[in-house]
Formats: sequence, C-alpha cells, structure tokens
Amino acid sequence: MNRFLWPLIGFAVLVVLLAVGLNLNPRDVPSPLIGKPAPAFTLPKLDTPSQTFSPKDMLGKVWLLNVWSTWCVSCRQEHPVLVEIARSRTVTLVGLNYKEVRGDGGIDADKLNADAEMKLAIERANSWLNKHGDPYSLTALDLDGRVGIDYGVYGVPETYIIDKAGIIRMKHTGPISPDVFSGKILPLVAELNK
Amino acid sequence: MNALRTRRKGAEAQRNRRVGTEANWFSLRNLCASVSLWWILIFAFVGPGYAKEAAPLAQDEVTEKRMVAISTELRCLVCQNESLAGSNAELANDLRREIRALIKDGKSDNEIMEFMVNRYGDFVRYRPPLKGTTLLLWFGPALLFVGGLAGLVLYLRRRNTAIKDSPLSASEQQQADRLLNTTEPK
Repeated sequence: MNRFLWPLIGFAVLVVLLAVGLNLNPRDVPSPLIGKPAPAFTLPKLDTPSQTFSPKDMLGKVWLLNVWSTWCVSCRQEHPVLVEIARSRTVTLVGLNYKEVRGDGGIDADKLNADAEMKLAIERANSWLNKHGDPYSLTALDLDGRVGIDYGVYGVPETYIIDKAGIIRMKHTGPISPDVFSGKILPLVAELNK
Repeated sequence: MNALRTRRKGAEAQRNRRVGTEANWFSLRNLCASVSLWWILIFAFVGPGYAKEAAPLAQDEVTEKRMVAISTELRCLVCQNESLAGSNAELANDLRREIRALIKDGKSDNEIMEFMVNRYGDFVRYRPPLKGTTLLLWFGPALLFVGGLAGLVLYLRRRNTAIKDSPLSASEQQQADRLLNTTEPK
C-alpha cells in the first residue's frame, strides 16, 4: 500500500502544480509601479491640443487612467463598459491615447511631420469617440508612446487606478469586463474614496 | 558496312547525347550556383537597406553594440519568449530606441537596466535578481537535488539493513549442504 501511496501523492502534487501553472495568465505581469507615484508627464489634450494635462491636475481625486487607441481591437471591446462607468459617475476616467498614428501598422508615420501626425491623431481619435461614445473626462495624446513606456505599458488597453495622493494602486492589463469592474475596480475605488 | 556505320553512328550519337545531358546537368548545377550567388549578392546589397527601413540604426557602432548587449538581457513583453534585441514587436522597437537614447545620455548599463525594471518589473530581465521572492527560483533546483540525494541515501541504507545477511543456523547449513551436494538427476 505504502509503496504505491507515495508515487501517487507525488503525481497528485505534480498535477495540481501543473494545473495551477497552466491557468495562470502569462500576460499578467505584475507592475512594479503599484504603490508608487504615477509617473509625471505633460501631454496635449485631445479636445484642446494647445492645453496640456498632467497627472498632478488630478490630485485629490480617485481616477482611472485608461490607455487606449483606435487601432486597438480590445479597446473597442471594453469601450461599452467604460461608457457605462462614465454614465454611472462612479469614478473619473482619463484617457491616454497611445501611439494613435505610429501604432497603426497601416500608416508610415516616418513620412509624416509632427504637425501632420498630431492632426491625424486628433482626427482619428475624435471620430472614434464620436462614433462609440466618449467616456473620458479628457484624453491626453501620447503620440510617440514615451509616456506609455514610463507607465510600463506593453499592450493596449491597460488601466491604472490612481488614488487621491497620486499613487498607482492597481493596474489592469487587457480589456475591462463588467465583472472586473464590479469585482475588482469598484471595491478599490470605494475604499480609496473613503 | 553501311549498317555498321549507322550503328556506330547511332552509338556515337547516343554517347554524345549522354555527354550532352551530362553537360546540361553540369551547366544546370552551375546555373543553380550562380543563381544562389546572385541571391547572396542581392541580399548583401539590399539587406542593409531593409534593416535600415525596419529600425533606424544608430550612427555609431559603439552605441549599437552596447544597445544590443543590453537588450539581449531583456525580455520583450509582447512576445515573451523573445529578447528585446531579437523582437520585431513595435514596443521592442520603441524600447531599443529608448536604450539608445539612454546610452547617448551617458547612462551606465546598470542604470539602463534599472530604468527597464522600474517600468516593467523584474520579469523584463532574463536573469532574475536574487531576492526574497526569487529564492525558490534560484535554489529550488538545488533543493530538489539535495532532497533527492538524501532520499536515495536513506533508501539505500534502509535496504542495506533490511537485507543484512545473518550467518546460517546449523540446520539451515545442513539443508544447504544437502541441496548443494545432491547431484541433479539426469
């Protein structure tokens, strides 16, 4: 009995380990930014490009920084959820439009000058938001993706939850589903708003 | 005679034909060689042009070499089994550009590594650092080995004591002798 018991236990342990390992999401890379101040940046706003936005403008508020783009398929998928969040007025959403022109493989951004790129990005972003609804209190334009690098963005969409003191409290990679919002984001926002 | 001549002619023609095909085959091989040579030449000249279009190369070779050395130590987060140096992902391109900029700013390799880790976490490094959360990763295999070795030693010792040979008792000796001495029936 004992002779067969131990190999069986070993096998069972291995099965459990492999099952857990296979169910982990390799894309879910823990962000080192959690618990740290949101990296500072100054970027033009989508609605009035002459004005700029900085994370410090949001001090005293709990807010979500949502990285999006019109070429990003998953963004389209999560968008209705964001619109719903905006409608419920539970939390302020700020959009970070990530590499609107350069990220689109169909456009050779090297052939555009800075002004033309900005113009095209604004055009594309605005028409997308007009079509699908604009859940953002404002959108900042990160044309070259440098701010994205500072935030450790490696795929769009990504969402950061930032507290009143400007500290990143959570990062969600991939589209926000209603379950993720009500199960993970909303409780945290409620706690941070206390 | 005529018949013989024609036959000989025929044989000659056949031989010629054979030589001919051989020659054809030979030139075909030559052709292959020259075609591949052409390809090599084409790529030799066009290749760098392509590379230039894919990623703007740094002007100076030193920066480029350092960038490659650093980025081979880094994981591309988009295609996780590729290094930053080898990846064609857009983000990898951006990060290589960033590394080049940092090198030009006079940052050391360690500072650049820190820049990456501060943004993307330890996961970005192919050589994880030694710290509390990575202890099992670093020493797990050694631990398994030592555990296995201890188990093996324990098992062998136990087996040794279990099959320790005790001297035969008098009756057992007699029985053994009897068995050994009896000649087998043929």
